[in-house]
Amino acid sequence: MLEVRDLHAYYGKSHILQGVGMRIDAGEVVSLLGRNGVGRSTTVKAIIGEVQPHGSILFKGHNIAGLPSHKIAHLGLGYVPEHRDIFPGLTVRQNLMLGIKDPRKPGKWRLEDMLEMFPNLAARADTAAGVMSGGEKQMLTICRTLMGDPELVMIDEPTEGLAPIIVQQVGDLIAEIARRGVAILLVEQKLSIAMRISHRLYVMGHGRIVFEGTPADLKANGAIRREWLEV
Amino acid sequence: MLELIVISTLNGVLSGMQLFLMASGLTVIFSMLGVLNLAHASFYMLGAFFGYQISRWFGFWPALLIAPLLAGAIGAGVERFGLRRVHNSGHVAELLFTFGLAFAIEELVQIIWGKSPVDFRVPPSLDFPAFTIFSTNYPVYKMFMLLVSVAIFTALLITLKKTRIGLIVQAALTHPHMVGHLGHNVGRIFMLVFGIGTALAAVAGVIAGPALVTQSNMAGSLGPILFVVVVVGGLGSLPGAFVASLLIGLIQTFAVSMNGSLAGAFGPLGAADEPTWLADIWGVTIAQIAPVIPYALLVLILIFRPMGLLGTRDT
Repeated sequence: MLEVRDLHAYYGKSHILQGVGMRIDAGEVVSLLGRNGVGRSTTVKAIIGEVQPHGSILFKGHNIAGLPSHKIAHLGLGYVPEHRDIFPGLTVRQNLMLGIKDPRKPGKWRLEDMLEMFPNLAARADTAAGVMSGGEKQMLTICRTLMGDPELVMIDEPTEGLAPIIVQQVGDLIAEIARRGVAILLVEQKLSIAMRISHRLYVMGHGRIVFEGTPADLKANGAIRREWLEV
Repeated sequence: MLELIVISTLNGVLSGMQLFLMASGLTVIFSMLGVLNLAHASFYMLGAFFGYQISRWFGFWPALLIAPLLAGAIGAGVERFGLRRVHNSGHVAELLFTFGLAFAIEELVQIIWGKSPVDFRVPPSLDFPAFTIFSTNYPVYKMFMLLVSVAIFTALLITLKKTRIGLIVQAALTHPHMVGHLGHNVGRIFMLVFGIGTALAAVAGVIAGPALVTQSNMAGSLGPILFVVVVVGGLGSLPGAFVASLLIGLIQTFAVSMNGSLAGAFGPLGAADEPTWLADIWGVTIAQIAPVIPYALLVLILIFRPMGLLGTRDT
């Protein structure tokens, strides 16, 4: 579904991504792991066009490298940024409504389902989204992207700065999304969630993919974990 | 005294609503595109001149509709083919672009209509007194201006708060990238907002043209006040622009109708009669300093509340 080949990206003169290659199939949950600063978020930002990409990014056969963001979204690629960009002045319900790309074509995620799945969001449906807690904002950002009916969602650091119990809930939500057949690319630093829900994992180091395999493979490979993941 | 207060309040609210027609567009464009459109008042002038020309050909009512549409289309074109290209070169380039545009529009207007005022009159159907309060005839055209401004303000508010496109605009004010990632065409929204903003300025121009003087310097005389309004209200804040528009409208109209001076205020205690070098200042009336008051307010706001009355930005 998504195939990235020889992807390079730069911040000014620093060469951040140095030939990243990865692949995500329909309905698959794939995690992108690595320490801070190795280029995980940049990889996702280059795919979505927020950072200028150099290389080939094929999504459902279309080369999306450098396309305007709304065109990428309309092809069915959703993006949940790491800084939880909710629209603070709008209500929770309005935030969710804006996730819908075309109000004439309802997708498989309906507003009522979302509110049913998350009693917390339902209770605050008509309050300004800006006053919610970090965990609720994270749930809202993910749900808002789902309203647009994506076939693949890229979720950047969803559990950063959240309490362990909320981390658990976010993990459950991601598992539920996968169960409904949406492919997921999860960018994470915490091994626990990634190991629990992923079909496959990539580990990044110094702007490149240094490991690819199943959670079992990674568990068995102590050298990779010591060199690229454990602090 | 009561008469003065009633008439000045009416005129002040009217002038404030007129300012708001322009300030609303300017401030929404600023929050969305991050560029202070220095040519905004030029679209007000374009509105007045288009209105004059079209009303000569087809009458006032078609002009009221067509002139803003025309100016709005030019505005949208300016965003699509001008500002959007300049955008990559940074804010200074954008400011310079709109600065130059203001000059270009003024020159163009002078070439077509000349430098002297054109004969843009109140249509006969609106040229009679609406009512008489105390001994003053209040013209119906002024009530019409007020009505149009209030109607547009209400329509704008409903569109922004209740419609889907309004919600998208509100979201794009703070998070344009995220709005794009959700599948909305941010470029098209920017063009639309620029077009509507400049069309609103043109509406103000069409209805103000007959009441004031339709002349090629009208943009230059209005532009600075417009910036005072958006800075006092808080850059990017629509409610702020509304409050500041009314405030400045009222201050301006009240100030010109007041004859008080420092000498008068202190009465017999004052030193007005003594021929000191301060004598001139003692004798200056409020009406005389009226044009300066908005700028004095601007300075005070910048010192004590730099984000503006209802602004939220720290910088």
